[in-house]
Amino acid sequence: MKKEIIIAGFGGQGVLSMGKILAYSGLMDNLDVTWMPSYGPEQRGGTANVTVILSDEGPISSPVLDTFDVAVLLNQQSLDKFERKVKPGGILIYDSYGVHTPPSRTDIAVYRIDAMDALASMGSAKTYNMIVLGALLAVCPCVPESSVDRALEKVIPERHHDLLGINREAFRCGRDLIKS
Amino acid sequence: MNSQSVDEAKHEEVRLMKGNEAIAHAAIRYGVDGYFGYPITPQSEVLETLEALRPWETTGMTVLQAESEVASINMVYGGAATGKAVMTSSSSPGISLMCEGLSYIAACELPALVVNVMRGGPGLGTIQPSQSDYFQATKGGGHGDYHFIVLAPSTVQEMADFVGLGFDLAFKYRTPAMILADGIVGQMMEKVILPPQRKRRTDAEIAEMCPWAATGDPRGRKPNTITSLELDSATMEQNNLRYQATYRRIEQSEQRCVEYLTDDAEYLVVAFGSVARICQKAIDDARAEGVRIGLLRPITLWPFPSDAIAALTPRIKGILVVELNAGQMIEDVRLASLCRVPVHHYGRLGGIVPNPGEITRELNRLFPEAFDASNKK
Repeated sequence: MKKEIIIAGFGGQGVLSMGKILAYSGLMDNLDVTWMPSYGPEQRGGTANVTVILSDEGPISSPVLDTFDVAVLLNQQSLDKFERKVKPGGILIYDSYGVHTPPSRTDIAVYRIDAMDALASMGSAKTYNMIVLGALLAVCPCVPESSVDRALEKVIPERHHDLLGINREAFRCGRDLIKS
Repeated sequence: MNSQSVDEAKHEEVRLMKGNEAIAHAAIRYGVDGYFGYPITPQSEVLETLEALRPWETTGMTVLQAESEVASINMVYGGAATGKAVMTSSSSPGISLMCEGLSYIAACELPALVVNVMRGGPGLGTIQPSQSDYFQATKGGGHGDYHFIVLAPSTVQEMADFVGLGFDLAFKYRTPAMILADGIVGQMMEKVILPPQRKRRTDAEIAEMCPWAATGDPRGRKPNTITSLELDSATMEQNNLRYQATYRRIEQSEQRCVEYLTDDAEYLVVAFGSVARICQKAIDDARAEGVRIGLLRPITLWPFPSDAIAALTPRIKGILVVELNAGQMIEDVRLASLCRVPVHHYGRLGGIVPNPGEITRELNRLFPEAFDASNKK
C-alpha cells in the first residue's frame, strides 16, 4: 500500500496540522511517512498545502509529486490547481463552501463534503480539519481510527488534552458526512 | 525503516520530526558543547527547537542566539579553539556572512560544524528550497586555499546522523564540516531514530583528544596559540602545504556516495540531497519502461565521490546531473568522468523544485534511444 495525498486550502484552515495528524497516524501504524508542507508566505495567508505519503512498501523516494492518489481540496484556488493532478481512478474530496466551479472530471471519484456547514454544529472552529480528516479516512481508509486516536494524543500537547474529545467527535462527524 | 516487528522499546525511539528539528535533537544527543545561531528561514526551527528543549538544564550545552551571523561564526571560532564541540546553522545569505569566519577556522585547523539549509539566491532571494550554494560550500566561500568537508543529507534521518558524522570527521581531520541541506529536507517531517545520548566531553578528555586546544590552563605543557596570522611567507607556505596534505588525505579516505540501480545501468543520473529522491522516482518510472538507468547520490560533496563516477563512466552512455541551480556540481561530474561521456544538466532556479515527471521528460528528451530501445524489447 502506498498513498500519495495532497491536502490544500486557505492558510489557517488547519491544512498543515491535518496532514501532521495523518502522518502521525501512519507512524502509529508503523508505516513509512513523509510530510512535506508548503512553507513560508503561504502560512501567512493565501493558500497552504501539504503532501503526505504513507507507504508500507519501503523507503519513500520523492517527497515532491506531480500526481496524487487522493486530493483534499478546501477552496476554489486549490481545486483549480490540483484537480488535474489527481491520478486517473483517484479520489478528490472537496468542501463546497465558497466553491463556484465544482470539479468536472469523470475519471476520478469525486466526493463533496459540507464540512464548513457541519462545523456549525461542533461549537469549535478549530475542529474543521478533523471533520475533513474523518471524511478522508472514510473514503480512503489508509490508517485505522485507533491510530488517529493515538496520533491526536501525540500531536495535541498534554496541557490541551481536554480537547481530545471534541476532536474525536469532529472526526466521527466527518466520517458520517461520507456515510450519509 | 519500515518493519512490523519494531518492538515497543524501539518504537519509542522512532520519532516523526522535521529535518531542522532532527539537527537540534541530534546535536544535544551528540553532546555538543555550544550552539550559536541567528534565525533565518528555512532553518529557524534548529534554534527554536534547541530553545524549547533547554539542553543547558540537562547536558549543560550552551545555546545562544547571537546578534548576527558574523557574531555566531566568531563564537564558533572561539569555542572551537578551546577544543569544544561547537556549531552554528543558517541559510544561504547568513552563510555568506559567515564565510570570513569559516576561512579563519579552516586556517586555524579547528573542528566545527556548520549547517546550511539552502534557499534560493542570489541576494536575499526567496525562502524556497535551493542548491545554489554548492560552489560556495565545496570550493571555499571565503578567501584563501581551503576546503572543508561537506555532507549532503537527503532524508530527515540523515539530518540527524550527519551531525555526529560531521563532528567525528571534523575532529578527526581538524577541519570544519558543513551539512549542506535544502529547504525540503529542513522542512519536511519523516521518521527518525535519534542516536543515543552521549555525555559531553570532560576537560580532561578534551585535553587528551585536542592537545592543540587553548584550554586556558597550560600548566605542564607549552602554551597553545591559535592564530591564522603568519607574516613570514615561508612559514605560511608550509602551513598551506600542511592544509593541502590534510585535504588529500580526506579526498583519499572520505568520499561517500550511494548508488541506486547502477549495476546494469547504461545511463546515469547524478543528484544530491532532496533532488536525488525526486530523481529516484523518475528512475523507477523509467525502469518500469525497461530503461537501464541508475542514480549516483553523492553524500560527501567535498570530497566529491570522483572515484565512484570514474569507475562507472566506461560503461555509461550518458549522464544527467539534476540540481536546484544553474549548473554547479556538473563541473565536478565532468571532471570525474574526464568528459568521456556526454554530461547534461537539468536545473530549476530561484526556489522552484522540479517534480519527478519533469525529470522523466528530460531523460526522454536527452536519451531518446534508451526509451526507444526499451519499447522494442
